[in-house]
Amino acid sequence: MTRIDLAIIGAGPAGMEAAATARETGLSVLLIDEQPEPGGQIWRAIECNVSERPDNLVFLGPDYAAGAARAERFRASGANYWPSAMVWHLDNPETGDKTALVAWDGVTRQVQARSVLLATGAMERPVPIPGWTLPGVMSIGAAQTMLKSSGLYPEAPLVLAGSGPLLLLFAVQCHAAGIPISAVLDTTPAGAMTRGLPHLPKALLGWRTLLKGRRLMQALASSGIPVYRHVRNLEALGADSVERVRCTSDGQTVEIEATTLLLHEGVVPNPQLTRLIGCEHRWNAAQRCFHPMLSDRGETSVPGVFVAGDGGGIGGAPAAENTGRIAALEIAEELGAVNRPSGDIEIVKARDNLRAQMAVRPLLDAMYPPPDWIGKLDGDVLVCRCEEVSARAVRGAVADGAPGPNQAKAFLRAGMGPCQGRMCGLTVTEILADAHGKEPDAIGYYRIRPPIKPVTVGELAALDGAD
Amino acid sequence: MFRRLPDPRARAVHFTFDGEALTANSGDSVAAALLGAGIEHSRTTPKSGTARAPYCMMGVCFECLIEIDGVANRQGCLVEVRDGMAVRRQQGAPGLPEDLADEGGQ
Repeated sequence: MTRIDLAIIGAGPAGMEAAATARETGLSVLLIDEQPEPGGQIWRAIECNVSERPDNLVFLGPDYAAGAARAERFRASGANYWPSAMVWHLDNPETGDKTALVAWDGVTRQVQARSVLLATGAMERPVPIPGWTLPGVMSIGAAQTMLKSSGLYPEAPLVLAGSGPLLLLFAVQCHAAGIPISAVLDTTPAGAMTRGLPHLPKALLGWRTLLKGRRLMQALASSGIPVYRHVRNLEALGADSVERVRCTSDGQTVEIEATTLLLHEGVVPNPQLTRLIGCEHRWNAAQRCFHPMLSDRGETSVPGVFVAGDGGGIGGAPAAENTGRIAALEIAEELGAVNRPSGDIEIVKARDNLRAQMAVRPLLDAMYPPPDWIGKLDGDVLVCRCEEVSARAVRGAVADGAPGPNQAKAFLRAGMGPCQGRMCGLTVTEILADAHGKEPDAIGYYRIRPPIKPVTVGELAALDGAD
Repeated sequence: MFRRLPDPRARAVHFTFDGEALTANSGDSVAAALLGAGIEHSRTTPKSGTARAPYCMMGVCFECLIEIDGVANRQGCLVEVRDGMAVRRQQGAPGLPEDLADEGGQ
């Protein structure tokens, strides 16, 4: 068994910054992460690219390269670090420490922590279009991960479809790396600039992000990649794998050849651990996803359990770092490791930075609104990939009397497969909300139960500290 | 199909997929190694037997579930490929290991 002041889950911007900050206050820290090296998804394989593939830093860009210094700061912090480790249960007893069960190195280890910081970040919103289960259809983040981690890229013809900053960034990265893209199918609804304009004055506080966005838009425009606008009714077609993509663009039907189709409709908090430990969540209508309720200290409704970074609401990497810093300082103060006045000055500074970084969010939410069609889905399109449950079946469960996702799950097995609802949870909530004519908050979300990751028999049998 | 950018410092890793010898680069996840070697689908679904391939590459979608060295249901995108690994396509729902099925009976 491992006893620690602060257990942090996730080694992205929020987790690394929190670990380094907490160490400066003298807390003992354990950071647990699924990846083999620190950086999270945004700085995935940063150490490897710096040491082994420095040429790739050129097209991955300066914001990616900036992760190297963060990883270095974290490595030097003296925090304990378990890479390639999976938290499969997190328990919140009424009194005393929190317990995490972690599969690491073939054994399940028990971690007892006075406080827990969940820095598990975001996941891409699942995009349930017809044909999205065909081999060759992936998320844009998946392709970007393969490019960062392995220098792998999809062969032509490659089509990107969706909306938002990551689509822009990846298209520009591919172009800079000489990777051909056949077409970008931009699903952003018409009038993005008009929608964004009212939010511009406040967003100017985050001018760095705005400039980066403008630079990316210009780079895509001058790249020569064909861009189809106002795309709707997207479909992936093919027998054994994707062969063609069909959609409407400005009302006209477009059909394009593709052996890889990459989808992206923004990112949403990864809800698994905050749901498992019973944190309260609220629906965010602008971003069409649930957020865990957080105090301004970053604490959830479960005392002693904090969230930092995109897992608490999407803000991007710089904001994640500041929420990580704030949470670490608040936790240090609560555990008596830092005295109030010195901690408060640091927190005020971090909050000021955070305000500037969050200032662009309303503009981005307005320009790139989340898809409005997911809650309207019906017919054969698969909602639950694991158990192959269609949108029609989910609507059928409503007719059979299912008031919420947990009853729909019992009726249909949707959400009962290996991904435990990660890929269908939001869609099922949206469809049920639409069918019942209720708000998603009234519909709720799947109950998440342990183990939240597959545990092998060996990992279960070998539980350390069980004696 | 995937291709690789030039990587002069890469070290080759040799593994098998359903008995066939394949090569990857060190640092690849099993899921990336298979996509890089031209393996189009890495599992079939338990319900309809449809072919599936990795979707998210970050541990969320579970489409990359695969058998590695005799252990089923591993997340291929979260396991680093190693020399000598025996990887097998996961067909449908893998059964419980025999010893557990005998003991638990459920």
